[in-house]
Amino acid sequence: MNSKEAAEKIREMFPEEVREIREYNSQTSVIVKRDRIKDIIRYLHSDPLLNFDLLKDLCGVDYSGKKETRFEVVYHLYSLEYRSLLRIRAEVPEDDCSIDSVVDIFAGANWPERECYDLLGVVFKGHPDLRRILLPEDWEGHPLRKDYPLQSDLGEKEWKGYLDVIELAKKNMEFETK
Amino acid sequence: MPEQKGKLRKKELTINMGPQHPATHGVLRLELDIDGETVVKCTPHVGYLHRGTEKLGENRTYLAALPLTDRLDYISSMANNVGYCLAVERLFGIEAPERAKFIRTMASEMARISSHLLWLGTHALDIGAMTVFLYAFKEREWILDLFEMLTGARLTVTYPRIGGVRNDVSEEFLSSLYKFTDEFPKNIEEYETLIDQNRIWLQRTKNIGIITAEEAVNWGLTGPMLRGSGVDYDLRKYCPYDAYDKVDFDVPLGKNGDTYDRYRCRMEEMRQSARIIRQCIEKLPEGPVMTPDAPKFTLPPKERILKDMEAMIQHFVLVIKGPVTAPDGEIYSAIEAPKGELGFYFISNGTGKPYRMRLRSPSFIHASVLPLLCEGALVADVIANIGTIDIVLGECDR
Amino acid sequence: MNRQSEDCVIEIEEGIKVIPGAGAVIAGIDKIANWGRISSMWPAVFGTACCAIEMMTAGSSHYDLDRFGIIFRASPRQADVMIISGTVTKKMAPVMRRVYDQMAEPRYVIAMGSCACTGNVYNTYSTAQGCDNFLPVDVYIPGCPPRPEAFIDGLIKLQEKIKNEHLRWSRWR
Repeated sequence: MNSKEAAEKIREMFPEEVREIREYNSQTSVIVKRDRIKDIIRYLHSDPLLNFDLLKDLCGVDYSGKKETRFEVVYHLYSLEYRSLLRIRAEVPEDDCSIDSVVDIFAGANWPERECYDLLGVVFKGHPDLRRILLPEDWEGHPLRKDYPLQSDLGEKEWKGYLDVIELAKKNMEFETK
Repeated sequence: MPEQKGKLRKKELTINMGPQHPATHGVLRLELDIDGETVVKCTPHVGYLHRGTEKLGENRTYLAALPLTDRLDYISSMANNVGYCLAVERLFGIEAPERAKFIRTMASEMARISSHLLWLGTHALDIGAMTVFLYAFKEREWILDLFEMLTGARLTVTYPRIGGVRNDVSEEFLSSLYKFTDEFPKNIEEYETLIDQNRIWLQRTKNIGIITAEEAVNWGLTGPMLRGSGVDYDLRKYCPYDAYDKVDFDVPLGKNGDTYDRYRCRMEEMRQSARIIRQCIEKLPEGPVMTPDAPKFTLPPKERILKDMEAMIQHFVLVIKGPVTAPDGEIYSAIEAPKGELGFYFISNGTGKPYRMRLRSPSFIHASVLPLLCEGALVADVIANIGTIDIVLGECDR
Repeated sequence: MNRQSEDCVIEIEEGIKVIPGAGAVIAGIDKIANWGRISSMWPAVFGTACCAIEMMTAGSSHYDLDRFGIIFRASPRQADVMIISGTVTKKMAPVMRRVYDQMAEPRYVIAMGSCACTGNVYNTYSTAQGCDNFLPVDVYIPGCPPRPEAFIDGLIKLQEKIKNEHLRWSRWR
């Protein structure tokens, strides 16, 4: 079944959830609400007619100020049998920034979900080990949010561990031979 | 472990491996809980090379973000460049001319050979076969010299451009590359005579780190990691890009999904790469190497900028604003990089900069499978497992 | 007489003389120490990113660093030179400082590549702008990545620096 038909199939199965189906550059995206995302993904994964068995990618997007709901979690699903790619975009509001984890359906979603939590601050409910992955565990803020500064000089928000190292380096300088 | 009366007490030991460790292929850190020689729990820590490429890409124009992709998987930077350019081309709806497509195919296969050679050298070195490292690096140096001939750089090439490639290939380059494809299969045989019958090599790779086909698909593995388990999934065949539909090659598959099968897959892939390069040189069509749309995407040559007013304005606009024709849309485009599927997901909002640039890096996914491979195995096999997943931390952490 | 004694002494390096028959060397103590140091610089590799690949290339069959007496050591405790090759992130900084602190005196640091020197294009939230923020760097090698020849040149520059040192002994350890 190709991705267009799959998208229609989702609309049929979950009429309440699907908000929009978009087509751009012969790729189909289905924009859904986040509440039953796990059921949708499970359905896509297990239905033999759809058989989306490879989770290519999972990432988050910050639409700060561009859209009503601030965040989106994007799933790229691929069916090895039918060779079709489907994009599911689940909307996540800012005030309750959480979504169900899909780790028990796709084991490979483990690290991408942690990354999404790390960089965007989206909490994945039911994730077995939700910790920061790329940044140190005591880092403050979520850098991929649009309101986070890009440059290295973070000023007051600077990670404490890095400041400690610079201080330690200053202290240890007295032991160096000149 | 509960205390046992009358017997020796044993205790689990936590050891830390990396991030500064010669066998971790960069800055991977593993926390291993071991019980005697057996690994009970393995926790990988990544992020020691997190450079913020995605965020940086959002703040740069489509043109200026191209050099960032070199530094992701720095062993095969050509493949990353091609992937990036293809994604942007698909977003803008343009296409590179035939000649450029063949050159790109050729160059990506060169990158595949160089990546697999480095993998072979370091993997064998970790397992204990030092000689292979020296042999593999000899041929790798040859490839790098060819890269230098083609692009002027050894490692970070930035050769493909949006809508083609930067410069045409010279006859001299083509003939030396042809000579390379002649010689290289013999060199692969040489490596194979070094380790294929080696008892230590066989014992340390056979039945080590087995991943079944279902597991591999479920974990989202791609590239040789997936094909080693016997799943026939190669983007070059599944959805051909560039000139892969015009060349003839086989996709090697493994059976057991162990370290040895993946080694065989990669060795065979190098042979196929040499075959693809040969065909590309033979079939290379005449014509331009940039699309007619190129002025919208590439900087004009320096001589023209200095003399011609229009060229200067165009240069200015491209550098400051970026290609202004970016449509409002999103695209996921992937290529078969040496490590696996390298995907780019762009969300454009009609300006010269991407609204969101997401990289689907194979190394990141492959590193996450380490606990599955290592738990229950021996400590010594951890090294073999790190080697076999073939990760580059620059791409893993981005 | 005077001339004869000069013939008996062979100058093998500037300021270092050998008496062949006696099996003795005449030189200042710091000269001898420096002479030993420059011909056995063992680096602790700290490969973080792209430059590490060029560093490996320099150490492998084609460029062969062994001929300078440079043998890569995995442990900082047995090393004299720390080669920082690649981007230095803030998360990596504490590890890097700790590895440096474990090295025995005399110790030197080479910052290889633009990222280790200044941070390169990566002026981002997670990247330290050069490793000299927390390490005393002796030699900077620019390039992205520097060619193996440039890297070898950097090592030779460091050898020249060591050669001109006077009585470098640790005060504290």
